[in-house]
Amino acid sequence: MARTVASFLCGLLFGIGLLISGMTEPSKVQGFLDIFGAWDATLAFVMGGAVAVAGAGFALARKRAAPVLGGNFAWPSRRDTDAPLIIGSAIFGIGWGLSGICPGPALVNLAALSAPIIVFVAAMLLGMFGFELWERRPAGRDVATGAAVAAPSDG
Amino acid sequence: MHDFTPLSGLIGGALIGLAAAMLMLFTGRLAGVSGILGGALTSGSDRAWRLAFIAGLIVAAVVAPLFGAPSPARLASSNLVLLAVAGLLVGFGSRMGNGCTSGHGVCGFARISTRSIVATLVFMAVAAATVAILRHGFGG
Repeated sequence: MARTVASFLCGLLFGIGLLISGMTEPSKVQGFLDIFGAWDATLAFVMGGAVAVAGAGFALARKRAAPVLGGNFAWPSRRDTDAPLIIGSAIFGIGWGLSGICPGPALVNLAALSAPIIVFVAAMLLGMFGFELWERRPAGRDVATGAAVAAPSDG
Repeated sequence: MHDFTPLSGLIGGALIGLAAAMLMLFTGRLAGVSGILGGALTSGSDRAWRLAFIAGLIVAAVVAPLFGAPSPARLASSNLVLLAVAGLLVGFGSRMGNGCTSGHGVCGFARISTRSIVATLVFMAVAAATVAILRHGFGG
């Protein structure tokens, strides 16, 4: 129960950070990605701030044997740079560029319950389901994702 | 065109990083939104904390504006077909690539993970190219 409450509060803080940073504004995200236009560098500051604070927190976590609320640390264990990582990231990049929306801001913006964000989130969930089906297909699994089946996610 | 807002970017970013740090310190889990969402769809046993984190993200958009934070975007004038295609690509690609802007971009860089740094450089470069084509055409 305590873990669930802590997760909720972390999600809340994460969402507030996304709102304040400007990440929930698709046109601002696209402005950052628009390096050939009127480039808005704000998101570099968002990422810089986030990485610095998360890095310090992770360093503290590394010194502990277990999380404060018990259980284990689920650090991603993979080190290999494989084809699904590159291809998947490229596919994600196309969708992110087209819309200016990545999964965190999509969920935060869902609260507005506007038709466009409902369509986006529904399609995103469908895409995630689609990947599960594709990954579980009987033949050809070893070609691209064999190693990924049992591996923990990076995020 | 939006203004350059480095201060709110830095403050918001720090809060994002703090949330990721707290989630790891308190629960031992990584704040990667696509992984949390994908896991909530598929893994039965480990679902409660995932759904709680997602609920927190949504509640933030309801509560934070009451205290002066920006409201969630309404995306009023967007093309629904384009958004549906983009959503499919974001969902499929982030699961195939094992992460998105939060899991690879924030947590992965904070862990100095080569995998995540490569993934982030790939999706940022591809997203920038996509925006260049979308806004300026193939000729740049």
